[in-house]
Amino acid sequence: MTLAPERPLTVTPARPERPVGGALVDQFELGLDAPICLTWELTYACNLECAHCLSSSGRRDPDELTTEQCEAVIDELQRMQVFYVNIGGGEPTIRPDFWHLLEYAVAHDVGVKFSTNGVRITPERARFLASTDYVDVQISLDGATAEVNDYVRGPGSYDTAITALQNLQDAGFVDAKISVVCTRENIGQLDEFKALADSFDATLRLTRMRPSGRGADVWDELHPLPHQQRELYDWLVANGENVLTGDSFFHLAAFGEPLPGLNLCGAGRVVCLIDPVGDVYACPFAIHDQFHAGNLLRDGGFDNVWKTSPLFTELRSPQTGGACTKCSHFDACRGGCMAAKFFTGLPLDGPDPECVKGYGETALAGERTIPAQSQDHSKSNPTRNQPVMLQLLTRRPDGSSDGSGVPVSACAESPLAGFSPTDPTGDPLAAASPSGGCGCSAGGAH
Amino acid sequence: MLDEPWTLSPSVALRPEPFGALAYHFGNRKLSFLKRPELVAVVRGLGDAPDVRSALVAAGVPDAQHDAYAAALEGLAATDMIRPRTEVPA
Repeated sequence: MTLAPERPLTVTPARPERPVGGALVDQFELGLDAPICLTWELTYACNLECAHCLSSSGRRDPDELTTEQCEAVIDELQRMQVFYVNIGGGEPTIRPDFWHLLEYAVAHDVGVKFSTNGVRITPERARFLASTDYVDVQISLDGATAEVNDYVRGPGSYDTAITALQNLQDAGFVDAKISVVCTRENIGQLDEFKALADSFDATLRLTRMRPSGRGADVWDELHPLPHQQRELYDWLVANGENVLTGDSFFHLAAFGEPLPGLNLCGAGRVVCLIDPVGDVYACPFAIHDQFHAGNLLRDGGFDNVWKTSPLFTELRSPQTGGACTKCSHFDACRGGCMAAKFFTGLPLDGPDPECVKGYGETALAGERTIPAQSQDHSKSNPTRNQPVMLQLLTRRPDGSSDGSGVPVSACAESPLAGFSPTDPTGDPLAAASPSGGCGCSAGGAH
Repeated sequence: MLDEPWTLSPSVALRPEPFGALAYHFGNRKLSFLKRPELVAVVRGLGDAPDVRSALVAAGVPDAQHDAYAAALEGLAATDMIRPRTEVPA
């Protein structure tokens, strides 16, 4: 088991004075009374086993919030005036009470945008969605062709997504979103993605691949190469007005002019994540003990966690830019993505692993330790939905990720690989399962 | 604009924030930020004021700043956060 690098502690004696007026970014850095962008993963259960899943989803957690608890969360979001929530998973639509919770949220002034692989978007459900207000649907697709998509998302997942988009269009649902994680495999398909979105009267949404969850296992193989980062930036500059990005490419701002949107890490300031068991994390890409702010069942509700958690207080205090402050591009990228640094084992006050000035590559070449996952809901046994690439690639047993050498499953060397008697999730299934980090569950044919 | 009656759109909610408020339009799902408490007071007061100028005065905005505030209000009008009031308030 490897130790995660410590977050640099910045000790601030008092909360800084808030400026009046001025740039919004300066206000956001100090945090808001409630999040603007709240992601709520409703379940870790999923019909797919995407190779790069941020939340290492697959199996339902036995401690998943009940319907009543979810309703109480929605009531609280209404009180806090969180006007909309991004619902994801896992695959949220396979929760039996998903459609009920959707209607409950909308009825309580909490608009819903949900991410789905499309598995439950039947013609009937599509007609229901078309009849609602305040609901946005985001279909995940990581390739403009079945070949590229199914390589990471699993066999049949392209057809599932296209069928869902077709059902939505046929039902008259207006402006669905197609959500793409940009990878080395699909950067060359940006025009095709746009054409596909146009053909369904949908809006294209591009987001950054993060080395979070199972994404850490495949990041070396899938994250865009330096010249592809440039290709992506140029494409966004040319097409950005009609494409959503979730402000996720602010690390590319150092190429030149900033991209539209908020060029700032919003973690714990304007963004956060509620997971299926009520744990609150600083951002959707940081499901790890290091970024755990509290639990809404145990710590007095979401409002209390948001306003009083020591982690969030720290994130809202002035951050030291560390080595990056000396860089002339620091004002543009502000050091990049905290989660991307953390999960590649880089210091949080150093460059982003995909720093467009190349400082990330230098840092990656140095000594670093990839942090162990602190939770994993991946399926323990292979299923027919598993992406093929996982048969070729597994988490490397020594935690290194230099991409050299033959990937070897830890299970090949130790029958207890990945077993930790002090499993931090407290989930007896995860602790006893060999899937707790060695990746052999996903590897299949060992 | 200054002499016209305006109001907050019915589908807009204002959430107080330390810097002012956040305005959310449930219809077009646009989010706007009101970066000064005075602007929040103006926007809240529009519906009850005979015209925009009166709302500015009631919120304590000095005359010299009325044009700047009108520009900010035009920006909010562009996304239907506020809209011209046609009917006479009851």
